[in-house]
Amino acid sequence: MAEIAEAAPQRVAARPRLRGAASLLGTVPFFAYVTIFLIIPTLVVAIGAFTGDGGHGFTLDNVRALADEYIIAAFGRSVLLSALSALFGAVFGGLLAYAVSTAKPGGLLRRVVTALSGVLAQFGGVTLAFAFLATIGLSGFVTVWLQDHTGFYIFENGVWLFELPGLVLIYTYFQIPLMVIVFLPALDGIRPQWREATENLGGTTWQYWTRVAGPLLAPAFLGSALLLFANAFSAYATAAALVSQGSPIIPLQIRGALTSEVVLGQANLGKAMALGMVVVVAIVMTLYSLLQKRTSKWLG
Amino acid sequence: MRKLNRSVVVAMAAVTITAVTACSPPEKKSEATTDGAVSAATAASAQDLGGMDALVAAAKKEGALNVIALPPTWANYGEIIKAFGDKYGIKVNSAQPDGSSQDEINAADQLKGQDTAPDVFDLGGSVATANTAKFAPYKVATWSDIADGQKEATGLYVNDYGGYMSIGYDSAKVPAPAAVADLLKPEYKGKVALNGDPTQAGSAFGAVQAVSIAQGGTVDDITKALDFFGQLKKAGNFLPVDPTDATIQSGQTPVVFDWDYLNAAQTAKVPTWKVVVPANAVLGSYYNQAISKGAPHPAAARLWEEFLYSDEGQNLWLKGGARPVRADAMTKAGTIDKTAFAALPAVSGTPVFPTEEQTKKAKDQLAASWAKTVG
Repeated sequence: MAEIAEAAPQRVAARPRLRGAASLLGTVPFFAYVTIFLIIPTLVVAIGAFTGDGGHGFTLDNVRALADEYIIAAFGRSVLLSALSALFGAVFGGLLAYAVSTAKPGGLLRRVVTALSGVLAQFGGVTLAFAFLATIGLSGFVTVWLQDHTGFYIFENGVWLFELPGLVLIYTYFQIPLMVIVFLPALDGIRPQWREATENLGGTTWQYWTRVAGPLLAPAFLGSALLLFANAFSAYATAAALVSQGSPIIPLQIRGALTSEVVLGQANLGKAMALGMVVVVAIVMTLYSLLQKRTSKWLG
Repeated sequence: MRKLNRSVVVAMAAVTITAVTACSPPEKKSEATTDGAVSAATAASAQDLGGMDALVAAAKKEGALNVIALPPTWANYGEIIKAFGDKYGIKVNSAQPDGSSQDEINAADQLKGQDTAPDVFDLGGSVATANTAKFAPYKVATWSDIADGQKEATGLYVNDYGGYMSIGYDSAKVPAPAAVADLLKPEYKGKVALNGDPTQAGSAFGAVQAVSIAQGGTVDDITKALDFFGQLKKAGNFLPVDPTDATIQSGQTPVVFDWDYLNAAQTAKVPTWKVVVPANAVLGSYYNQAISKGAPHPAAARLWEEFLYSDEGQNLWLKGGARPVRADAMTKAGTIDKTAFAALPAVSGTPVFPTEEQTKKAKDQLAASWAKTVG
């Protein structure tokens, strides 16, 4: 594919070259930042996961405890929640992104949607949980309005907003805009000439989507979906603000292990769970980068 | 892009990492300005410092006190903090008001050696007994009024105030529950909440133990309570929302299991809020005071304890609906606030105070099955 895509003319700016180590000084802030916020916490988690209670001695107990029924169940629910919200986000976000990509470049629709997506994709945590509580919570205004005007009570069959279904709904809310942001560049990379070429050669719309655009977009689409999965899998604040019982998902189990005043001495079990999460996200991100490689081949 | 020499980059990274790790905060030297400040950190009673006046002087010199995890509406702590600050002219910094007992210990560990570290703790029983190495022993002036079973012999931690597990309900929204089992009725659909997750919060754990007694179980075998909450969940009555002042006032959590002093505090804002201690299922629990070994304001920390265990401090807790540990001694001496004492919710049956062992058994059961019960 790369041969077809015309490379944009590269403008090479002439820069004075710094010598040797001096030019590396610029990387110091980056390494310092990564060390403090990524490497050290990861080491703390990895070491803690194999440390006994009280902070001394090597042990496999914490990692073994990950096989406990309730932890396995929480991992399962975390994966289910992430997968469902990534699926809904990818489908709806993908459709929205396609609609935007066919709109006039620089037009009002496109500008509004991308700006909104930029804001809403980062709209999470306590504020988002509260927004949902105020609208469709137990005494939220939509809930009350529906009950007064139609007699329909949305919590007739239980308080689903505070359980997994509620989390799927709320996560999807920030997954859709994120999908728009990460998937739009791939859609923009599809050239109208390819469609014209398909039609000139007698291809139908169906054939264009299944033989040309589909295969081209598939890696980008799957990659974006994986990114959404990782995004949901590691989200914590929204669920923490909303769900206070039973810690259905792993980030909440970790919270419980670290701050419980009832069951003590679980801090390192929490770290072992965090290590489990790191492993899951590492697998997902590896797949994501492989798919990104495929996409970038033709995304000029 | 010009390829950077890889080994140079690795070397740079290594240097940076070493530099960053070397930048951990230096140990704070205790600024021994006077002899008082030094000995305050090891004083095990006011006498050790030369009497109450000397303690007050040393505390005023420090001028500040760090408390943690004390919500203003919890056992009247808002007024207690204000009264202490006004009386001695000491600034009280209250951090993380909604924290748990474990959060207090975590904060002390993480802020070790800094001026913002907590000076004093208010802890649930399990957290107190598990962390005695972090406390400084201290005996308040009223030490002899406290029963032996309610204090650690050297004063590492001492019961401060307690209460009984109760059901608070908004009588404008739900009928009065005569017994715990009533909560399974359809009138309570989506209305029954615990104060926190019982695997994390002491008050919610107490609720599970109280329900266990009410349902014919014991405090160490909570199978019957788990059955009850399973049924409550199945009936759609269990509400997995953390009750706060806001949820109670807005009517989102019309029925709340909580310590009676916390439920009683709500009646001030919601006049229709009523508190009942379930008949013949009286579960009691005391919290504990402890002074942090590494308290940045050792004298103020000790003065705070003296204030809490004085008649004034004890009556302030009582005003908040909590039962102060010196209640019996003060009743004998006639110093107790009689109106506040009479206003406490009525109790029928003998209060049960679970031992550490009983609680441990119940916890193991709970940790394994709570998520399943309400999941």
